[in-house]
Amino acid sequence: MSTLSPIQPRPIRAEVCRVVFNTPLHGPYRHLAVTASATALAAMPGQFFQLLCPGQGQDRHTLRRPMSVYRVDHARGQLEFLFKIVGAGTRGLSGLAAGDELDIFGPLGQGFRLNMQWRHIVLLGRGAGMATLAPLAETAIARGMKVTAILSAARPELAVAADHLRAAGAEVRIVNDADGSAAPEWLEPVLRQIVTEQGVNFIATCGSGRLLRLVRRLHQEFGIDGQVALEQPMACGIGSCFCCVRPFVVDGQTIFKRVCQEGPVFAIQEAA
Amino acid sequence: MIDLTVRIGSLILENPVMPGSGTFAEGMERVIDVDRLGAIVAKTITPDIRHGNPQPRLTEVVGGMLSSIGIPSKGPDYFCAETVPFYARFKPPLIASISASSVEAFGKLAARLNTPGIAAIEVNLSCPNLEVNGRAFAMFPEATRDAIRHIKESTDRPVWAKLTPNVGDITEIAVAAHEGGADALVVANALLGMAIDVTTFRPKLGNVMGGVTGAAMKPVILRMVYQCAQAVPLPIIGCGGISSINDAVEYMLAGATAVQVGTANFIHPTTMIDIIDALPEFLRRHGLTRVTDLIGTMRANEAADPSWAAVG
Repeated sequence: MSTLSPIQPRPIRAEVCRVVFNTPLHGPYRHLAVTASATALAAMPGQFFQLLCPGQGQDRHTLRRPMSVYRVDHARGQLEFLFKIVGAGTRGLSGLAAGDELDIFGPLGQGFRLNMQWRHIVLLGRGAGMATLAPLAETAIARGMKVTAILSAARPELAVAADHLRAAGAEVRIVNDADGSAAPEWLEPVLRQIVTEQGVNFIATCGSGRLLRLVRRLHQEFGIDGQVALEQPMACGIGSCFCCVRPFVVDGQTIFKRVCQEGPVFAIQEAA
Repeated sequence: MIDLTVRIGSLILENPVMPGSGTFAEGMERVIDVDRLGAIVAKTITPDIRHGNPQPRLTEVVGGMLSSIGIPSKGPDYFCAETVPFYARFKPPLIASISASSVEAFGKLAARLNTPGIAAIEVNLSCPNLEVNGRAFAMFPEATRDAIRHIKESTDRPVWAKLTPNVGDITEIAVAAHEGGADALVVANALLGMAIDVTTFRPKLGNVMGGVTGAAMKPVILRMVYQCAQAVPLPIIGCGGISSINDAVEYMLAGATAVQVGTANFIHPTTMIDIIDALPEFLRRHGLTRVTDLIGTMRANEAADPSWAAVG
């Protein structure tokens, strides 16, 4: 049987979960946990779920909303999401209370691909993008890798997942717009210094086009592997509808790939 | 014993529920038991390789979605080499969906699909016809008749004509498809619509216009199925906003022999299975033994409110 796309044979399902907590964090961020089946808990770092967000007030959206996994708590059988309230879907999610139901569909997409030979990886996340990278830190540290997490935010107090990443054992650095430290001109020398002094095998990024281009430059110059988790509005989340395609450059040719199916994690050299 | 089988021309389906083209793809076997479907309808392919329309391709509207995908297609060679063998492992018949920009190209593509593993051909007549100023085949009776006739001459597979709702009188098109030799009608494709962002004054779709699909479409397409069922003696496959057993039954009461579930697959991926599961109980509750007992049995002359009888 020929293979059509990098489909993993693991099951995917829609299930109604129970909300365990939905905690307001700093600023517009929320931390949501639901109880979930073994199918859902098998989610890998970088994979996502399609959430059937409840409607609130004037919000009459129809479709599910893609949300990457922030954390899998195997001991408690819980799936966690960290999100920023930005639109109708996330407004609906923010109104969920402990005990409420939430219909989730997943796990979906291709997550990050970790090479077990790597010794040091860098996570470079902008805003809520760091929530997508966070599970990678736990996985990498469990395999004996060193993890440096660089959290980029508008203001230092808005950095996402800092305490969680420190507790997991990552070295956390926070950069921000308020003092200019998040600007690529400042960040690039910092990263170059980490690369030359400590050696870096891999950089993962999410949440910013500028950071994506920065990681690609480092990939081109130092040959460091890079992967980016991308976002795009979606309908189905499972490769049927072709709503979420983006252009990618493969062997000099521009081709279109589905963010939900071939991604959401892509090799840094392909991402446009 | 409840009988869910339906007959679409020469093709017998285990049950009347199948996906709408473009709302089902490889990967859904990880979500549902594909073997339980009445049929599998593949995404539309074109003779050429197409990338599809620019982003944004999707926006939401009240009760549905608005999308403009533009039929990205890897062409018939890929379809025959990869897609057909992939679905060969499943029991339901595979329906290929084709589109082309000329009568000639439609015929050639249909002929190319005379291959084992393809049970019928659904003709997506909503593609712009380059011979009629780029407007969809199914907007014109003659173009519809010519395309279906030429496809019928090019293949021995049953041919389903998928009509567009973007017409004044859909029965003219249904009659033309029948005259062209169609074995069944699929009613219907998406209704043209648009949406504008009032903060940026920009269209919400890269293609400006797109197709409205989902629950909001049900009354419109249900009416068209009803009209087509009066106009032609062909089996009709209803397709428009079906998301529950009641929706499916409504379409069959209006005259559909089978139904396609589209946008609902994106919201509740088990919708088709849920409908199939609920059909026997629905029939039992109404004292029926065959799903075909529902077809066209709306009590059309009994809509009046009986309380008005006293007034009369």
